[in-house]
Amino acid sequence: MFLSLTIRTTFAFLLTGAVALSAAACFGPSSGGGVVGSGGGGGTVRLQGAGATFPNPLYQKWLSEYGKVNTQAQIDYQSVGSGAGIKQIQEQTIDFGASDKPMTDDELKKAPGELLHIPMVLGAVVVTYNLEGVAAPLRFSPDVLADIFLGNIKKWDDARIKADNPGVNLPATDITVVHRTDGSGTTAVFTDYLSKVNPAWKEKVGTGVSVRWPAGQGGKGNEGVTGQVKAQPNTIGYVELAYATPNKLPVALIKNRAGNFVAPTLDAVTAAAAETIADTPEDMRVSITDPAGATVYPIASYTYILLYKDQKDAAKGKALVDFLWWGIHDGTRFTKEPQYPYAPLPAEMVKRVEVKLNSVVSGGKPLRATQ
Amino acid sequence: MSDQQLAAPTPSSTYGAQARTWNWRRALSPTGNAGDAVFRAALFASALVLLLIVAAMIAAIASNSVPSIRAFGFGFLTSREWNPITGNFGALPFIYGTVMSSVLALLISVPLSLGVAVFLVEQAPRRIARPITFLVELLAAIPSVVYGLWGIFVLAPFLREYIQPPLANWFGWLPLFQGTITGIGLMTGGIILAIMITPIISAVVRDVLAAVPMSQREAALALGATRWETTRVVLANGGPGIAGAIILGLGRAIGETMAVTMLIGNRPEISASLFAPSYTIASVLANEFTEASDELYLSALIQLGLILFFVTFVINGAARVLVWSVTRGTSDTARA
Amino acid sequence: MITTGRSADAARRSLSGVMTTVTAACAFFAVTMLVLILGYIAVRGLGSLSLQFLTDTPKPVGEGGGIGNSIVGTLVLLGLASVIGLPLGVATGVYLAEFGSGKFASIVRFVADTLTGVPSIVVGVFVYTILVLPMRQFSALAGGVALAVIMIPIVARTTEEMIRLVPASLREGALALGAPQWRVTTGVVLPAAASGIATGAMLAVARVSGETAPLLFTALNYKFMSVRLDQPIASLTVQIYNYSISPYEEWHSLAWAATLVLMTMILFINIAVRFFTRKKF
Repeated sequence: MFLSLTIRTTFAFLLTGAVALSAAACFGPSSGGGVVGSGGGGGTVRLQGAGATFPNPLYQKWLSEYGKVNTQAQIDYQSVGSGAGIKQIQEQTIDFGASDKPMTDDELKKAPGELLHIPMVLGAVVVTYNLEGVAAPLRFSPDVLADIFLGNIKKWDDARIKADNPGVNLPATDITVVHRTDGSGTTAVFTDYLSKVNPAWKEKVGTGVSVRWPAGQGGKGNEGVTGQVKAQPNTIGYVELAYATPNKLPVALIKNRAGNFVAPTLDAVTAAAAETIADTPEDMRVSITDPAGATVYPIASYTYILLYKDQKDAAKGKALVDFLWWGIHDGTRFTKEPQYPYAPLPAEMVKRVEVKLNSVVSGGKPLRATQ
Repeated sequence: MSDQQLAAPTPSSTYGAQARTWNWRRALSPTGNAGDAVFRAALFASALVLLLIVAAMIAAIASNSVPSIRAFGFGFLTSREWNPITGNFGALPFIYGTVMSSVLALLISVPLSLGVAVFLVEQAPRRIARPITFLVELLAAIPSVVYGLWGIFVLAPFLREYIQPPLANWFGWLPLFQGTITGIGLMTGGIILAIMITPIISAVVRDVLAAVPMSQREAALALGATRWETTRVVLANGGPGIAGAIILGLGRAIGETMAVTMLIGNRPEISASLFAPSYTIASVLANEFTEASDELYLSALIQLGLILFFVTFVINGAARVLVWSVTRGTSDTARA
Repeated sequence: MITTGRSADAARRSLSGVMTTVTAACAFFAVTMLVLILGYIAVRGLGSLSLQFLTDTPKPVGEGGGIGNSIVGTLVLLGLASVIGLPLGVATGVYLAEFGSGKFASIVRFVADTLTGVPSIVVGVFVYTILVLPMRQFSALAGGVALAVIMIPIVARTTEEMIRLVPASLREGALALGAPQWRVTTGVVLPAAASGIATGAMLAVARVSGETAPLLFTALNYKFMSVRLDQPIASLTVQIYNYSISPYEEWHSLAWAATLVLMTMILFINIAVRFFTRKKF
């Protein structure tokens, strides 16, 4: 009985949908300047992207600037989290996804076509906090950081935090951990790092875009976590660098494998990428956390655009690869502005990405080569 | 209009032995008028669409919950684990958060709403009652996301600075008021819900009180009862309706999404403290639904939606029955 | 009672006085909350409101930006929801009022009432599975359908109640003149109930204009000006949500200003309805 009801309802919905659509077709084109063709011939092309919040400030800047260069492409990017980026590109509800965490083999298998990972920039996941009266940036060794996020270290004046920060006057208040609630590449990078450096973390929590947090409260997106840290005293959280510094939040120094406390500077992030470049596989899926090297910042990551290698719509596909090409070349100049502290790809990676972008096809024809 | 048309038989539709001529107009409408038949069928169809929407909703949600129901069975309701990495999903922390935040909201809102309704129906003069009624109803017109915005920037800091520290000082021996004070958590979620459901509960209680016959009041007053004693008689008479109003408020609180998501802390953990972050079913759907790439994860989320659907459906059904039992026959007639 | 003595009597009277004060305080408190919330929105919102804000589209952080596309998006979504929801809702309401004595009608009535209580986020999940996944596209259409599903039962029940307020004599008079029922309903009853139905419809539109949760999975959001129904579209509520959870002071101001716009719209509808129905209630 249910089944037949469902079928009839579906039918009813299709009918209403058809009526509504035809109604829209009547009033649509006449009622606004923003109406555009679906991306067929020479008209404007609409592209919808969604995913990682980690690179969102830079992507929004890029899209705003690229819109001035190429007025034919109307590209929208929604910052909804890497988990959603992966899920929605699998479901093909968007034209391109974005994630800081490379997709797993399982996830790739679930997609209906071959997905490419295109690294765009590098970013640092920083530990930020809201502590009144503490001026100098705090320093954390890996185990202390893990124990704070495991909930084992509960007070800011804990002896182990003090040991990392001699001479800093820490308050005797409770630590409130703020973490992500949505599936997050930033979380994946952070937990990947903690799993590498702390066996207890690896066993109890593990690595992933969504994990079971042992302590703290959740915020949605890098935006939400930053907002909650900023609004509440005595909090600690992890966010992309571009969310911390423009919001005047402090960032902690992290002790790397060589034993040095390193600030999340762009040089330290680039150094981390340089350490791992030889091991980066052909498909670009790589973790660059906790590398060797004296000057590296240990919690960094590439951030990827996810797109199908075989694009259904040639015009859309072309607009997309052109934009990505622009991003890794011309787009890098915006990373010099203080609001967008991301590190451009190392020169060797740029070459490899160019090869990848040239391999994108539609109906068997390469999209870039058609120029 | 045209009575001749009524009688005109339709030759093409001879219909077996029971009815010599099967008249489609008569079949669709007792008047047998062609216009009536079409009119009635069209109206019937749209009423049917409403039922079909609900049926489709149940079917879509239930069928997508099947993998999760298969994997976890009834253990889903009692498991405290919500771990996308290991693929173990349990609803208990969300059920707990939903129930606790709603109960807290009711504890605050019910006395407040009863007070408002009693004041407006029993005590205030009409020219004061009318504008206040309108203003209280406007609280219901404020969107959830706006409550959330206000909660983040006004309510949460206020609770953090002025309400929670004294509570911790005086009642810190109770587990309810222990733990870190952040302004974000179960208490803040519950209070914003209380504000949101107050106009709903008080509006229904107002209707219920207004439906209690005037003779009840007159009898009490004639016996020498004070105004408050009279009010108590009226409240007792409207008992089932008031219970219905409260349940209706509960249903609303359980399903509220945006404001709670923005204020409750979003952490699937069961804690005795009202200061601690918590999570509700509706907020976990808002946060995680679009991104659950694993089939079981998505199914577990949809099963949470199924639970939410049924709980609110049953609660609202029960509330309507209770409210009808008091207001039936007074506000409007013939509610079969 | 009088024999229990003067002091007990005084106690009863003072209790009654106290309770009057308490209930008045409750009403005062509820109104105070409203004033606090609306006042805060007005104060914070007015500061960032400008013509440019009302017409611009969102920009990267630090570059201002506006809500022009969100206003247009909200109007498109509300228009779509009304196109789908109002005819169905009104027709269902007329059915319930005119033919609503049978078992089927009481089931419809009950289901409509309970559907109004189903959380809007569940409606969002439902529309995502039946429209977004098959269409492979977040779209204004999906958002409009989600809002319509929320609207239909509200409109149906208010329509029914408004029609029941139409005096039976009017109907009987028309029937006595020999008019068929459909002529009576459409020509006499509906015009008599029209203003009531219209206000009910307006209230339903006001109600869904504040919905956020069902739009997150259906209409998504969109940065540009757009009226395309088969594409994602912006809305005031989702834009407010995104701005308000962000860490940027500038975006917080934009959230308050957008809220002021949304609230003005909603309050306008509510006050208009109040004005039109003043005589009835």
